Amino acid sequence: MLIWVIRRDLLLAMRRQADVLTTLFFFIIVVSLFPLGVGPEMNTLRIMAPGIVWVAALLASMLSLGRMFSNDYLDGTLEQILLSPTSLSLLVLGKMFSHWLITGVPLVLMAPVLGIQYDLPFSALAVLTLSLLLGTPILSLIGAIGAALTLGLRGGGVLVSLLVLPLYIPVLIFGAGAVEASVAGLGFDAHFSLLGAFLLVSLVFAPWATAASLRISME
Amino acid sequence: MSINWYKYASPASFYFLAGKMIWYFSIAAAVLLIAGLYIGFFVAPTDFQQGEAYRIIFIHVPVAWMSMFLYVVMAFWAGIGLAFNTRLSSMVATAIAPTGAMFTFLALWTGAWWGKPMWGAWWVWDARLTSELILLFLYIGFMSLQAAIDDPRRADKAGAIIALVGVVNIPIIYFSVQWWNTLHQGASVSITQSPKMATAMLAGMLIMSLAAWMYSIAMILKRTRAIILERERHTTWVAELKGTKR
Repeated sequence: MLIWVIRRDLLLAMRRQADVLTTLFFFIIVVSLFPLGVGPEMNTLRIMAPGIVWVAALLASMLSLGRMFSNDYLDGTLEQILLSPTSLSLLVLGKMFSHWLITGVPLVLMAPVLGIQYDLPFSALAVLTLSLLLGTPILSLIGAIGAALTLGLRGGGVLVSLLVLPLYIPVLIFGAGAVEASVAGLGFDAHFSLLGAFLLVSLVFAPWATAASLRISME
Repeated sequence: MSINWYKYASPASFYFLAGKMIWYFSIAAAVLLIAGLYIGFFVAPTDFQQGEAYRIIFIHVPVAWMSMFLYVVMAFWAGIGLAFNTRLSSMVATAIAPTGAMFTFLALWTGAWWGKPMWGAWWVWDARLTSELILLFLYIGFMSLQAAIDDPRRADKAGAIIALVGVVNIPIIYFSVQWWNTLHQGASVSITQSPKMATAMLAGMLIMSLAAWMYSIAMILKRTRAIILERERHTTWVAELKGTKR
């Protein structure tokens, strides 16, 4: 069943490629706006790069949260999923994983290119990509809770940002912090360990909380 | 002697109990507030390091304690309401949120007033200040989620989940001064060590904390009563209350 959910979501995403590309282009545009706003001073940009890329990744991941459950909710699939004998948490985990594959992985692949725009050294580019690889699944996991809670509400899109962004802050701090530490020549192991810890904790609790939220929203 | 606690889990009987108790807690809050402020501003000695400006501690610390404590209490009642499906617990959780948010805001605001003379900056991005700011966002998120949902029972349960998820932040705020090397000073009062301050200062702070506590209880009871009336407006016992009109 887990494989079925992932395959179905990926297939749906392939049929609507525009949705996937919009998130990616949003990410690229936001990152590209900063040099225009702050000025093309390379020394400043190099310091700001990790934070900018990470904030843009947060926003891009959050924007695509609405699509996680809403289409299934509107066409009734979600109701069938809730009725299925398979554990809801497991199915939700599948949806989170496919959300990460569709929105998180393109961001991770794009990040080194954007890092080059900001003149990051190569070692920092590797750390940036790795930190995003470790951090973007957390965004999908935590974001799913917010997406499930705001399902079918008025103004759900704005509300989900209010619920989810405060919970994203620790990921932002340690994700961007890892890159900054590497640029400064310090060790970034501690940041990676903490990101890994966040990932494991949210992997355990987020599917369960999301399943409970979905049941509340579908009552 | 045993008290039937379940009796007060019913909104109708809680309504009358709360109505009587509000007065006691309000009076206690007023008396403690006056005593605490008097000790804080007239009795407590001047700090040898921070001068007179340290006196904002008598508001800042109690308020910051309450902001964290109320979030835990709110999440606790919301969780009880979610687990046992008791209506009153969820109503209490909803009633706590605005008071908690106000205390969080006050803690940040008084912190800025303390920060300016001490650190020379209204705001710094260190771990404790940032996590306290996140706490404010969590309160606001809880309140706006509940406000966006029309069905009160669904609002209760959805709010409970987001409140319980946010509890992770509380230990982070509390231990941030130990875990990170921050500008914010470490805790001056702790259970395990003898306090690092003069007795009068400590007394002032503890009395102010009690005042904040009593004030919170009074406010929460009052707000819970309002919520009970709003949700139970179609019942007969509300219709029979004196002074209410349909």
